[in-house]
Amino acid sequence: MNAPVAQSSNARNGKKMLPVGHYRGLGAWTVGFFIFLYLPIVVLIFYSFNSNRMVMNWGGFGLEWYIKAFQNDDIQKAVWNSLIVATIATIFATAIATIGALVLARGGNFRGKTISLGLITLPLMVPEIVTAVAVLIFFSAIGLNWGLGNVIIAHITFCIPFAFMPIRARLEGMDTSLEQAARDLYASEWETFRFVTVPLLMPGIVAGAMLAFVISMDDFIITLMVGGAGSTTLPVYIYSMIRRGLTPEINAVSTVLLLVSVAIVSAYWIVSKNSDTDTVH
Amino acid sequence: MNLWLPKTAAGKRWLGLAPSYFVIGIFMLVPMIIMGVFSFLEPNPYGGVKPVGSVAAYVKLFFEYDLEDQLVFNPGYINIIFRSFQLSTGATLLCLIIGFPVAYYITLLPENRRNLYIYLITIPFWTNLLIRTFAWIIILGRGGVIETPLLAAGIIEDSLRMMYTDGAIAIGLTYSYLPLMVLPIYASLEKIDFRLLEAASDLYATRLEVMTKVVIPLCKPGIIAGCILVFIPCLGAFIAPNLLGGGKKLMLGSLVQFQFASARNWPFGAALSMLLLSAVVIMLIFYARSARKRADMEGSG
Repeated sequence: MNAPVAQSSNARNGKKMLPVGHYRGLGAWTVGFFIFLYLPIVVLIFYSFNSNRMVMNWGGFGLEWYIKAFQNDDIQKAVWNSLIVATIATIFATAIATIGALVLARGGNFRGKTISLGLITLPLMVPEIVTAVAVLIFFSAIGLNWGLGNVIIAHITFCIPFAFMPIRARLEGMDTSLEQAARDLYASEWETFRFVTVPLLMPGIVAGAMLAFVISMDDFIITLMVGGAGSTTLPVYIYSMIRRGLTPEINAVSTVLLLVSVAIVSAYWIVSKNSDTDTVH
Repeated sequence: MNLWLPKTAAGKRWLGLAPSYFVIGIFMLVPMIIMGVFSFLEPNPYGGVKPVGSVAAYVKLFFEYDLEDQLVFNPGYINIIFRSFQLSTGATLLCLIIGFPVAYYITLLPENRRNLYIYLITIPFWTNLLIRTFAWIIILGRGGVIETPLLAAGIIEDSLRMMYTDGAIAIGLTYSYLPLMVLPIYASLEKIDFRLLEAASDLYATRLEVMTKVVIPLCKPGIIAGCILVFIPCLGAFIAPNLLGGGKKLMLGSLVQFQFASARNWPFGAALSMLLLSAVVIMLIFYARSARKRADMEGSG
């Protein structure tokens, strides 16, 4: 696997076996890297089909743990909570991020632009555990006790930058000539926005919403700290399962959650790839 | 229904930014300030705080009260903090060693294949970290994926006892944040003009020199960004030390969580969070400075 891919600089020197800039073993190293990256995922999925009660003792192939997981009321409730939180958080975070991105990408240079950008991306820079603690303290200090509502508020906050980034990227790659044409043809500012800008921006908004949804569905630490007894989401429930003992039921639930994330991210990838090619220039 | 909209451009700008400021300001910035205040209060034994000013939380980092109520030096927490830095540094270096050749290899590929590789690197990153770390228990654990074949083949006679060690935590951390190292390095490698490498080679630079004197200096910004992106979440990590370290080998992140969930010493947990936050701020300042210095150099040269 160390065969290098031909680059513009090949065969310059017949005596050297590899072109400049190529090194032996890079390909093999990369293969090893991907094995390291995907081994846990493969192992996790593989053992979800284990019939035995103990994860690590292979007891033959079977789907009983999937059936068990689907019949588990607690898991159903946790899935529900996860979906409610992720859906509401995605809607709010995407809406907030969209108008923020419109201002920051289209508003020209203004005082406070850098600070605004810093504030919006703040949740990305602060370690999750610090965010979790700060929000927990805040809710307790103001005495806010809305159960799942608390979790939703926290999720909206840290999902904003994830929704923001693809939307801003899309806006920055977008040409304004169509919007100008609409204005020239007597469309009002609102009509231009509604019928030209928004449709053009849609792939970015969809991509941002998908990322926000995945991030919210996967969040564990913040929900663990902020959420109370009734607001267990799926990752928090999986954590409690791990602490109780390792059964393949954990693997089965995890596999489903994993596949949902992979499906959404793949869809995101396709959407953003297509939007690269149809962007009007 | 008539919405009042500001007429001026500046007014519209701030109206558009207002929701972001409101949400992140109220639910992130203000909470961090309150956290700072809480770290200087006295703990309430049932969780929460008493409104009495105190630096006890910070004193607790270094000292404890002995039986005669005398303050004596207690290295326990300092050791945990030190261990966190050590493990995070180790994991960051591992990520760099594993990730750099991969990022470099991808840069050499044709463009459509590059995108596929980047997609494959980002996929695990978007899946649940808790689940991926749990999978390492099955791999490293007693009777797990690594041990079982070795035991069956008679290569080892007893369990390797890989779980609940610093090594297991380091593997978990490396695994968790590896994509955050590869992506920025790839981004800066991609910008390198490969003719520079040929020029170096024509001027009799060896292969090693081309790498150490041309490629690495040129992608230094990516390396620094990658190291910071990996180091920060490692320092605050909770899942890897908890699952793979068995909860006994604490790191800063799990120690913070413990103060809120079990020990019910909120001011101490807040003080530890402040410590973590200041480490992050120092690193980001360092990063911003080195970026500015580089920009100045490029500007003048």
